[in-house]
Amino acid sequence: MTTLHLPQTILGLVPYRPLPTSKEKDMLATITLAGTVTAQGPVVDAHADGRVTIADGTRRLTGWPVKTLRNLFAGVALAILGLGAAPAPVQAETLLNVSYDPTRELYREFNEAFATWWVAQGNAAPTLEVSHGGSGSQSRAVVDGLKAQVVTLALAGDIDRLAKAGLLAEDWQSKFPNNSSPYTSTIVFLVREGNPKGLKDWGDLIADGVEVITPNPKTSGGARWNYLAAWAWAEKNGKDPKEFVAALYKNVPVLDQAARGSTTTFAQNGIGDVLLAWENEAYLALKELGEDQFDIVVPSLSVLAEPPVAIVDANIANDEQRKLAEAYLNYLYSPEGQAIAFKNFYRAWDTSKAAPEDVARFPQLELVTIEALGGWAKVQPEHFADGGIFDQIYVPK
Amino acid sequence: MKGPVIHRSPMPGLGLSMGITLTMLSIVVLLPIGALLLKGANYGLAGIWETVNRERVWAALFLSFRLSLFAALLNLVFGVLLAWVLVRYRFPGRRLLDAAVDLPFALPTAVAGIALTALYAPRGFFGQLAAEIGWKIAYTQWGIFIALVFVGLPFVARTVQPVIEEIEREVEEASATLGASRLHTLRHVILPMLLPAALTGFALALARAVGEYGSVIFIAGNIPLVTEIAPLLIIIQLEEFNYDAAAAIGIAMLLISFAMLLAINLIQVWSRRRIGYV
Repeated sequence: MTTLHLPQTILGLVPYRPLPTSKEKDMLATITLAGTVTAQGPVVDAHADGRVTIADGTRRLTGWPVKTLRNLFAGVALAILGLGAAPAPVQAETLLNVSYDPTRELYREFNEAFATWWVAQGNAAPTLEVSHGGSGSQSRAVVDGLKAQVVTLALAGDIDRLAKAGLLAEDWQSKFPNNSSPYTSTIVFLVREGNPKGLKDWGDLIADGVEVITPNPKTSGGARWNYLAAWAWAEKNGKDPKEFVAALYKNVPVLDQAARGSTTTFAQNGIGDVLLAWENEAYLALKELGEDQFDIVVPSLSVLAEPPVAIVDANIANDEQRKLAEAYLNYLYSPEGQAIAFKNFYRAWDTSKAAPEDVARFPQLELVTIEALGGWAKVQPEHFADGGIFDQIYVPK
Repeated sequence: MKGPVIHRSPMPGLGLSMGITLTMLSIVVLLPIGALLLKGANYGLAGIWETVNRERVWAALFLSFRLSLFAALLNLVFGVLLAWVLVRYRFPGRRLLDAAVDLPFALPTAVAGIALTALYAPRGFFGQLAAEIGWKIAYTQWGIFIALVFVGLPFVARTVQPVIEEIEREVEEASATLGASRLHTLRHVILPMLLPAALTGFALALARAVGEYGSVIFIAGNIPLVTEIAPLLIIIQLEEFNYDAAAAIGIAMLLISFAMLLAINLIQVWSRRRIGYV
């Protein structure tokens, strides 16, 4: 019967993602879940107590296998009849998490861990879907009606926009610990192997002949953190921050649309001496593209980027779904969830279950919060609005 | 004899076909443009002018239209040549070449943009060669120009091709027997016949280049005042939820495009009249 949910998965906006292959691929089993409710699918796991776990594309279900031939036939018939023919489909809750670009790897791993945990708590296996894209455009999609129950975006400003549209409460950021940021990151430098230009800190980036790669802060959320990190360093070191960022952007030969585009420009096309990148993206680039090509340089000061999470109240259908959404976000704060964040190169809070090498990876540096810079409500219009300080770098007022 | 035989056209009547045409046109073209103009009307002429009349917007508009014009001109010359070669000569691989002309249509523009960038970036195949003589292509206006030539190439070739197929060799032979030189035949016999179709292709290539976003954005560099195209400015305004300003720049582009297409149409009308050939 799990096949009944196939159209739902396809019609949902998120691509159909198969689970890891089952051990016995061709072995189908029909199981009972609750009374008359049965489900059928390939067996992934057989438990010692006689229960089996079956899987379809997106979820796992565990239950007692149906032994009688009659029930088996019924199950198969239902599976063949497909759409709508089922008397009582499994009321597994669905959850759409609308996230930003660099979290693909994080949520792929997290969703599996959470689904396993959720089922172990005695719940039906949930259908977890994640959509990725630029933080700003993802936020706009939700405002325009994408039915996300949970948002995990790059900037608090992008969730504030949802609050302004009336989709969630204005005080959303106080609903979860640490400003609703289960993990944080910062901005570091990715330089070419051996750091040929000797770039150590922000001050080195404005030297003649240094080419800096960073996306356009007008179109990329991550790029705003890059800009603000440079701004904060200049303020701290007694330089005129406006002049400093202007000098920095004079050294930028290519302003890409988004963070991944800049990574391509720097890594694949070989442009520039230094890429300003999310710390997790920088580590990912090392992992994916080879540690012998690039080095990570950590400046003396950077920003504390707090990608926040929230429940979109307006899109919650019922209490069951709210329970699932809350459990999903709370699990991000659990020691297990935090360990996954650490493993995916995020600076999380709780190190109790994290692998020591995942934690030890991050060097300590001075991190400036967005509040210290005045908060997004002030920073956004002042720096990035039409005619703001960033625009004045190119067109002086 | 019976009464007069009424010949019914096998085609559906004017009423039905016109109705379907107008409905389609309204839904597909007029409605979106109407919405754009309405948005601009709400903003007001003064608002539109204020948005457009800024150094950065003028620079982007000038860049977009200038490079589109150059790219379309290059496509005009080489598109006609390409079509001529494809129609008039038989050589191995001709059909393959013929099919390749359509590739810029079929390829997703982002793929084309990334491929061109990879080729023309300082590390790329052509980029390396160009760098030896100190010529930067990707992330400069040259890069934008190349992307625009790429996306516009099929238009001229495909509009001129059927016309060349129609021209009979006897026309050239007649011209030769009347004592015309090869150049004279080309200038006064062949080109006038090709001109209307070539101009149509030119206009199409130009229109496509002006609105091109996907392929250009990867190779442009996007530095304000230098390599920032007008469609990018619209995207930036949209990112800021500044729909009015986005509509204003859109309307400015629409007006300039309209003026250019009108001019091309007038030239076409004039050339047809002069040649006396419909």
